Amino acid sequence: MKSITIRKILLAAATGFMTAFTSLAASAADPFKIGFVYVSPIGDAGWTFQHDQGRLEMEGKLGDKVETKYIESVPEGGEAERVIRQFASDGYGLVFTTSFGYMNPTIKVAKRFPEVIFEHATGYKSAKNVGTYVARFYEGRYLAGIVAGSMTKSNVAGYVAAFPIPEVLRGINAFTLGMRSVNPEATVKVIWVNSWFDPGREREAADVLIAQGADVVTHHTDSTAVVQAAEEKDGVWSVGYHSDMSKYGPTSHLTAATHHWGSFYTKIAQDVLAGTWKSENIWWGMKEGMIDIAPLNSVVPAEAAARVEEAKKQIIDGSMHPFQGPINDQDGKEAVAAGAVMTDDELSKMEWYVEGVEGKLPK
Amino acid sequence: MIRIEPRPQPSRLMSYLSPLIAVALTLVTGIIFSGLVGMNPLDAFHAFFIAPIDDLYGLGELGVKAAPLMLIAVGLAIGFRSNVWNIGAEGQLTAGAIVGGGLALLFYQVDGVWVLPLMVLGGAVGGMAWASIPALLKTRFNTNEILVSLMLNYVAIFLLSYLVHDPWRDPDGFNFPESRLFSDAAMLPVVLEDTRLHLGSVFALIAVVLGWVFVRKSFVGFQMQVAGLADSAALYAGFRRRRMVWIGLLVGGAMAGIAGLCEVAGPIGQLLPSVSPGYGYAAIIVAFVGRLHPVGILLASLLMSLLYLGGESAQMELGLPSAITGVFQGVLLFYLLAADMFINFRLHVVTPTVGAASGKAAS
Repeated sequence: MKSITIRKILLAAATGFMTAFTSLAASAADPFKIGFVYVSPIGDAGWTFQHDQGRLEMEGKLGDKVETKYIESVPEGGEAERVIRQFASDGYGLVFTTSFGYMNPTIKVAKRFPEVIFEHATGYKSAKNVGTYVARFYEGRYLAGIVAGSMTKSNVAGYVAAFPIPEVLRGINAFTLGMRSVNPEATVKVIWVNSWFDPGREREAADVLIAQGADVVTHHTDSTAVVQAAEEKDGVWSVGYHSDMSKYGPTSHLTAATHHWGSFYTKIAQDVLAGTWKSENIWWGMKEGMIDIAPLNSVVPAEAAARVEEAKKQIIDGSMHPFQGPINDQDGKEAVAAGAVMTDDELSKMEWYVEGVEGKLPK
Repeated sequence: MIRIEPRPQPSRLMSYLSPLIAVALTLVTGIIFSGLVGMNPLDAFHAFFIAPIDDLYGLGELGVKAAPLMLIAVGLAIGFRSNVWNIGAEGQLTAGAIVGGGLALLFYQVDGVWVLPLMVLGGAVGGMAWASIPALLKTRFNTNEILVSLMLNYVAIFLLSYLVHDPWRDPDGFNFPESRLFSDAAMLPVVLEDTRLHLGSVFALIAVVLGWVFVRKSFVGFQMQVAGLADSAALYAGFRRRRMVWIGLLVGGAMAGIAGLCEVAGPIGQLLPSVSPGYGYAAIIVAFVGRLHPVGILLASLLMSLLYLGGESAQMELGLPSAITGVFQGVLLFYLLAADMFINFRLHVVTPTVGAASGKAAS
């Protein structure tokens, strides 16, 4: 059982009260109701936090035309269906389900509530009333890799990762490609923690990676544990994910690959309100502002910062793609020919490591 | 002056009253607490305890949530009564899901009425096989079953994770770690139209009845009870301790295994890296709140499920954070333990004068 301090309870109660109060104030104009299903607690950084920032941004832009509610810490699997259905049956016209494991429950509920519109993040199943959305996280990873590659002295980076699914592998590979674009000697060690959110294990994994010689650590998990682990060690840098995590590593946090869902949520809500929404498979990146990187730490040399800026510009104008050939796989075999660029379809099924990633991919 | 003194013998009345007192005090605390933070206590009460079950679907959900808790807790209680501490229900549940779910995948799209019964049997066998490991080690080498059964939880979860990542992965699933969706013949039928209440809830009720018969009417049940109350008396009477360890663990394992199968063939409908939101652990609490008695467990599992559902509904209606569910469960257990003290102890009011030393006992 989680230990809960009195301070947390009071804070929780105060938050609850504030939310209840604001929603009371908004209910006068009979607004359009939008529900959000979150996989972890909102906290103050991470995957769910960024989605909640997006929700707040949408609320800010659309004002009293919409009313939003969220449910946090909803486990993937059998539990999710009830929560999603609850929104649908309570008169919510639009429901965002923000984790991969909500895919089948979302589809199931959508069948029963054809008049409600659903948007599911990071999945591959859609329906007439279910759209999907995901961000090109790898674009931010590539840029963060450039920063890491310029800063490492040991030429080893550590990567704490959740599950070996294509989305995570794209991140690891793009980070490695980014690093090696400025530092061909660089290698990346990966530890899988088999959980999206487990601060204890994330921390242990980061400590192990640092002990194995990594002097830059990053993560594809939900907490700030990895950044904090780096902050406590001399000469170890960190690269955050999801959110700008610099306040957890004021000296060691180099940058972060960040997510920004606000304009997407606003657009979808507007489309639904205007009656122009249709089911789409949306994959936005830096160009649309869904992905960015956090401001660089002042220790990053100007030359490296300029390279990042340049690469960012090229990604946005389409003149460069993180997964453009030549790319070798882990064993040195050519995986993408020179001049070729991986298609979205290939990217969505990625299940191999690029050259420079150490260790075997768990199958 | 009030003194706490041991009762000559445990109070039967208090052992029945204490859960009710604990529930009542939890309610009072909740009402005071919500009043303090400026919420209408009636609204909070409604959101927590009425709203989740004010329609048929909600009642169905209560059953969906309570069924696995009930099944597992009835099984665990039989071991607990004879001091066999099986903490491994989560792993046994997972093992049941693996074997039963594996059969569903083996007979994918095979349409036969025998598929489902075979899966249920497989679930029970899987759970029993997993529970037989601590039983064997305990009876052969006198290892501690608490430690062994607990550790095996992690092993089972990793085994499932391996299976859905590689051999049992959905071939059309873009490499995501999930099995195929089970075909219709491998799904538990819904027993209440328009809800998710599945056959597993019927199994749970049967388990309650069988559990009661076992505890109250069978000689083995009596032997196990004696062993739990007075180990040396049982030894003196010639009851075989080893047999009780085996029965305690195997019954617990079978029930947990069936519960696991019911989850994957019920609300989930496929194998996922994680198939339980901690039912195996929550059931331990349910078993004790229910006084290790099948009828008590029936009520306790319903209460526990209501707390979960109430937590979700409070998030939606009042905007309370999900931690509030944990707070309520903690408060309930706290009061239960406090009230339990009065089973074995009583308050004795002592008047300070020497002449009235006999005093008056307030029981």
